[in-house]
Amino acid sequence: MNKWSLIFLFPLLLLSSCSCTTEKSPETQVLRVMSHNSFNVSEEFVQQFEAEYDVEVQFLKSGDSGTALNRAILAADNPLADVFFGVDNTFLSRALDENIFEAYDSDMLAMIDSSFRLDPENRAIPIDYADVCLNYDRTYFTGHDLAPPQSLQDLLKPEYRGLLVVENPAMSSPGLAFLFATIGHFGSDGYLAYWQELVANDVLIVNDWESAYYTEFSLWGGERPLVLSYSSSPPFEYIYAEEPLEEPPSASISNDHTCFRQIEFAGILKGTAVRELAEAWIDSMLSTRFQSEMPLNMAVFPVNPDAEIDPAFKAFLDTPQVPVTLDPADIAAHREEWIQAWTETVLR
Amino acid sequence: MIRPGAAPTHTQKSQRFGWSYKLLWIAPLLFLALFYFYPLGSILKVSLARQQDGLLAALTSTYIRNILSFTFTQAALSTLLTLGVGLPGAYLLARFDFPGKGTLRALTAIPFVLPTIVVATAFDALLGPQGWVNSALMTTFGLETAPINFMHTLAAILIAHVFYNTTIVLRMVGDFWSHIDPSIQSAARMLGASPLKTLWHITLPMLTPVILAAALLIFIFDFTSFGVVLILGGPQFATLEVEIYYQAISLFNLPMAASLSILQLLFTLGLTIAYTRLAARVTRPIKLRPRTYTQRRLQGRQKIVAAIILFTLLVLLVAPMGALAARSFVQLKPERGQSGQANYGATLDFYTALADNPRNALFYASPLEAIRNSIAYALITVMISLALGLPAAWALAHDQQSRLNKILDPLLLLPVGTSAVTLGLGFIIALGRPPLDLRSSVLLIPLAHSLVAFPFVVRSLTPALRSIRPRLRQAAQMLGATPAAALRAIDLPLVGRSVLVAATFAFAISMGEFGATVIIARPEYPTLPMVIYRFLSRPGGVNYGQAMALSTILMLVTGGGIMLIERMRVADVGEF
Repeated sequence: MNKWSLIFLFPLLLLSSCSCTTEKSPETQVLRVMSHNSFNVSEEFVQQFEAEYDVEVQFLKSGDSGTALNRAILAADNPLADVFFGVDNTFLSRALDENIFEAYDSDMLAMIDSSFRLDPENRAIPIDYADVCLNYDRTYFTGHDLAPPQSLQDLLKPEYRGLLVVENPAMSSPGLAFLFATIGHFGSDGYLAYWQELVANDVLIVNDWESAYYTEFSLWGGERPLVLSYSSSPPFEYIYAEEPLEEPPSASISNDHTCFRQIEFAGILKGTAVRELAEAWIDSMLSTRFQSEMPLNMAVFPVNPDAEIDPAFKAFLDTPQVPVTLDPADIAAHREEWIQAWTETVLR
Repeated sequence: MIRPGAAPTHTQKSQRFGWSYKLLWIAPLLFLALFYFYPLGSILKVSLARQQDGLLAALTSTYIRNILSFTFTQAALSTLLTLGVGLPGAYLLARFDFPGKGTLRALTAIPFVLPTIVVATAFDALLGPQGWVNSALMTTFGLETAPINFMHTLAAILIAHVFYNTTIVLRMVGDFWSHIDPSIQSAARMLGASPLKTLWHITLPMLTPVILAAALLIFIFDFTSFGVVLILGGPQFATLEVEIYYQAISLFNLPMAASLSILQLLFTLGLTIAYTRLAARVTRPIKLRPRTYTQRRLQGRQKIVAAIILFTLLVLLVAPMGALAARSFVQLKPERGQSGQANYGATLDFYTALADNPRNALFYASPLEAIRNSIAYALITVMISLALGLPAAWALAHDQQSRLNKILDPLLLLPVGTSAVTLGLGFIIALGRPPLDLRSSVLLIPLAHSLVAFPFVVRSLTPALRSIRPRLRQAAQMLGATPAAALRAIDLPLVGRSVLVAATFAFAISMGEFGATVIIARPEYPTLPMVIYRFLSRPGGVNYGQAMALSTILMLVTGGGIMLIERMRVADVGEF
């Protein structure tokens, strides 16, 4: 029976060997931060915050952005955390309708551009943004002596037939952003016709970003040289290249009226027992330090104008000057209806 | 050998011990009540309380009917295909001894744990537009475009399901088969029956209960398939589970999501009840023999048959994994973008890159930490699910006629057939009150894994336990053995092999990703699949390469773990 007792002890041993269970003094308060799975931050930043406020910060990752938000909503009367980070403008109406946030008029908000501040009551505080843009495989286009498309309208041209892969708006966050770009560009009465023409021009629709980018995009395993991704993807290809490169193998199409800007918000969850700490955390997320770290940690950009983007990142970043915009009130009123209409027209 | 008269004596005996066998149910039922029925009930109640107009009309629409019919069809096709591939393999593993058998057994179990996105990448590396097969065909025949269009087709869904689930047939059926006395078949052959006739009239009837058990599990897995349909199938395919995610997460239509979850549950329940009825009718006590007694060396023509079976298994199960592992050692050179013109170079960079944390990110986990976390969760899952599954399976096997067992048996499989999206939301509502605020507890991960592993344990054990001839137990009881003593002296040695099968399943289920949608993760304790997803969600060659390297490590650790578990024989039937 010796080996059996060993098996029973082994997992306990493994878990107890975790260095992560270091206990702080019993008076130390705990601040719980709930987020989607893509959240990341540097260790030093958290340590400094913990030291400054004598607090232990506990992070909870709760799935993709939609799932995390649903979990926060369902736990509203017995909150899982004190701060929620990661609801974007495509989901914002759901968070505000369900009333899960307490308003917080942070002093830091004054410096943030008004285009980011979509909630006038300051329940949802803007933290970062990302631009959903088409990317293209540069080698393919030079090799085929073809100019990359310059606008959404261009994608309907015969020379780009069968070249584009996009994500399903019903299942993927960049996919939904791109649907909103087409609605903002062609209007709520014109977008379905545009999509029908895209389908006629042999667009490939997959469910998730990973499939689009790593399976179908010609830069990786696929055959399609045009993919729906982010303006930050080419700099990432450069920084995380397998061998040092002179320039990224892909580029984003960031012309006016082609990209959709996702703005991500944080909020203080209703019913928190540590409101002051939650406020401090939100302010620290808006601080120049955190905001400057964000591009490389999470592939998103600062809303704080004083933040510095890493030069390696900035060098190959093509930020859209005029992204497509859509009135938040319109999104709130028609979100589900648009997704359903798109699903029925394009997929069925 | 097959004596229908055995059943009545079986019942008589169970009446004598009926009361104490019922006690065996306490722990499994308490576990299910707390971590399954309570959270599920809570989320269904909260969801349905939200007003939604036209719910009934939406539920009965052709749209939903089509989804239901697709879900059913693809599950039925996948199950048949899996049996078609698995049964010859089970025969080979059960009846013959050949070099490398242990390795083959472990290899075929690895697909079970791989995250869907990794499997998609593996199939893409093999059969995708720029995959090896297409590249080879294009070069050989001078083609302009890839001739095989595999990704995002129904075939991709079916083959991925075969890839994942064949191990269920190999293990459950193969292990049972290996204990069937071959002298019965030899007798039939000597009396002039053809091999086919012997298979049909003698062997298959004895195997039917365990084939049914395996088929049911596979069907339920395929019926509730999410990742495979989403990633390998694509937007034109939707199972009920995919539709539930769409309704709950994309549209926030919780009443609709809850109703669809109930629909899915009813289907699972109906199937399980049908299975239970059928299984009770076809199960009969047979003589189990030690494996050393039943296994032969391959001779003459058998070698050819064995080679064909082996080749099929290798192509379907091992080739995609090989393609994946190869990709983790290969670097793509910058001249890309031209189909079929990718340049490759060998590298170990991705493995060395795993060890540094260049940005000092808080949620960085070294591969060793992730391996440690994964193994710890998996071993706890094995313990919980065996501790709950053994008593439940024992109670079930001892008294098939009791009303309690007839009601409880189908219930056990429900967690496997339940929408993970829905149950995950249920945990949030139900498990958040003291004394049981488990929502952010590390324990929730092995508990959620055990919910899926527990039915597997029960299903792997009951066929073997039921087939133990009652005469043995009666003898023990007449000699004054208590049920516990009878368990130790008779049942445990006889089913030791099945306990190991059950343990491997529990281990593999936990090492894989089944719990990910169910739970809230504490980022301090990431598992291997979690870290793989993290790398794959960002662009860049090094990120992609590291995901492949970690997937290869996941395959190695799982394969090694399974081989270790299988080495530890509790006891083979030979010891009795």
